[in-house]
Amino acid sequence: MIRQFTEAEFLFILTSARWTLLITVLALALGGLFGFLVAIARTSQLAPLRALAAGWIGVVQGIPVLILLFLSYYGLALAGLDLPPLVAASISMALYASAYLGEIWRGSIQSVPWQQWEASAALALSRPQQYRYVILPQAVKIVIPPTVGFVVQLVKNTSIVSIIGVVELVRAGNLVNNATFQPFKVFGTVAAIYFAICWPISLLARRLEGKLHAGRAG
Amino acid sequence: MPVVRVEGVHKRFGAHEVLKGIDLAVEAGEVVAIIGRSGSGKSTLLRCINGLEQIQAGRIEVAGHVLEPGGKGLRDLRKDVGIVFQSYNLFPHLKVGENIMLAPKVVLGVGKAEAASRAREVLAEVGLAERFDAWPDNLSGGQQQRVAIARSLAMRPKVMLFDEVTSALDPELTGEVLATMERLAQHGMTMLLVTHEMGFAARVATTTVFMHEGRIWEAGPSSQLFGAPQTPELKQFLGTGLK
Amino acid sequence: MGFEFQFRAVFAYQDLLIDGLWLTLQLSAAGILGGAAVGILLAGARSLVPRPIGWVIDGYVELIRNTPFLVQLLIIFLGLPSLGIRLSAEQAAVIGLVVNLSAYVTEIVRAGIQSVHRSQIEAGLSLALTRLQVFRHIILAPAIARVWPALTSQFTLMMLATSVCSFISVQELSAEAANIESQTFRSFETYIVVAVVYLALALLLRGLLAGLGAILFPSGSGLGRLRRAGQ
Repeated sequence: MIRQFTEAEFLFILTSARWTLLITVLALALGGLFGFLVAIARTSQLAPLRALAAGWIGVVQGIPVLILLFLSYYGLALAGLDLPPLVAASISMALYASAYLGEIWRGSIQSVPWQQWEASAALALSRPQQYRYVILPQAVKIVIPPTVGFVVQLVKNTSIVSIIGVVELVRAGNLVNNATFQPFKVFGTVAAIYFAICWPISLLARRLEGKLHAGRAG
Repeated sequence: MPVVRVEGVHKRFGAHEVLKGIDLAVEAGEVVAIIGRSGSGKSTLLRCINGLEQIQAGRIEVAGHVLEPGGKGLRDLRKDVGIVFQSYNLFPHLKVGENIMLAPKVVLGVGKAEAASRAREVLAEVGLAERFDAWPDNLSGGQQQRVAIARSLAMRPKVMLFDEVTSALDPELTGEVLATMERLAQHGMTMLLVTHEMGFAARVATTTVFMHEGRIWEAGPSSQLFGAPQTPELKQFLGTGLK
Repeated sequence: MGFEFQFRAVFAYQDLLIDGLWLTLQLSAAGILGGAAVGILLAGARSLVPRPIGWVIDGYVELIRNTPFLVQLLIIFLGLPSLGIRLSAEQAAVIGLVVNLSAYVTEIVRAGIQSVHRSQIEAGLSLALTRLQVFRHIILAPAIARVWPALTSQFTLMMLATSVCSFISVQELSAEAANIESQTFRSFETYIVVAVVYLALALLLRGLLAGLGAILFPSGSGLGRLRRAGQ
């Protein structure tokens, strides 16, 4: 029996957006934390640490998100953890985010002028102190626009987790489409909701980028 | 019959009037140096003459072309007026020879072989014949500027404009560029140059124009202007400039 | 099932892997070439067309960049038949890849075009070139040189994104991986192998594009300097 695409169907799709957002937020939080460690390791003075971080970033950036999702999903299963799809999805996206954020933040740390390292070292600050009091405060300002820009990538990539059964936006769309056979209405709605989430964030990132360059000019 | 005729020209940037009524006539073969403080309107005047800036009032006629507000006929004018910029503006993705050949080929429809021989000819005139296949990046500032001069010369212009072409160069490199410009003047090219090189202006320019606050403050034969400045502003300006 | 990895089971199905890899390569090539061509065209047109058309192009770019590739793919594959256009999964995939990549390329190349200094344009205009001639001879090459590294990243992302085409049953590498996995039940091993293949592909593609960049924008020239500055 083919159903009509009514308000009920629309609301079903709309409310699934909360899972999209939840996964995004969890991925940002966990991935952000891990990514911060990756960035620090990537700029460490210990070569093995740098290599490890570089390797992690290189691998994650060199495989599709879909493959990373399956690897972490089946990897966790092998470790004996039978996690609900939502949790597995969040962990995968966190791993994905950690590599990209790590790389973005490494770039920001490295764009703090080397003279700042020199000056703080000359004042006899230890390396952790240099990070804490001199480098990171300056890096934070630089880091915000590309990080906000990455959030958009993250939201879009949560669409991939639909394959392991999480009923986020795309999966909800598929379910409704299978019932109503109205692909344009259904996926048009899904696209519109993604756009409503992503576009303001993109605009924000662009504005922040503009302010950053204005502030640094001269 | 003046080659360049500027009559009652006014030019504004927003609310700020930069040219407040300029009258100037340049005869064929004349070399006119335009001197003055930064902000006096010198470069703006030059850029109005080849249409890079629009005027709000007045009339400019160059080599028989009349500058119209709409910008029509600019291309024809630019075939007869060459300009050399302070920052050379060579095209980084083209070799020296290609830089020079581009406009003759694309604008004048000159064939590749003839464009190449023309390019070699003008390169030789500026003393850089052996650099035909070099990348602009690999040349010194003075050499790049001379290539820029050659690039304009390849269009066989009737008038050459020079906008502070040595200001961005290290002192030891300005000499070669000035020598090139002097040779051009001796060959009878009509030239307008905005410059800070007072000694050069005094020696090479037939006429010198001193601009101050958007007006021509004093103008006359170079020997007279530098030898016996009339106005207090020019006296003060030269006090700091002339060696 | 202990930590006993059995890769041999996976390699027994290497024919499937090779088939999938081949299709991935074809999709990537079509997507990259098509997407780059359309993207550069649109970026160039953007500077030269009247304002309203420019806004349409901008709108298209914003729409594509702020919605997931998967959703675009589903709209093309599932939606177009309702308009009477019947597409095979592969055709829909290529269209989706081209549409998606072109939006990103337009944005990237536009930034490159805007980074060409006004003085270059003035020099060209002063030599009596038309605006079109200035664009073709003076703006385009330096613009692409500067954004070559960004283009390389985007092309690599596109190659990896071909995996999403498995959602509409295109039998590329990721789809074949799922097939193998369902036969062997060696999920982890299968995806490790496939991950390694993708990594190799990504490295190969980057190397290829770096080499192409070095040929198009030789290191000795100003273009080479622009290319390296963008990294």
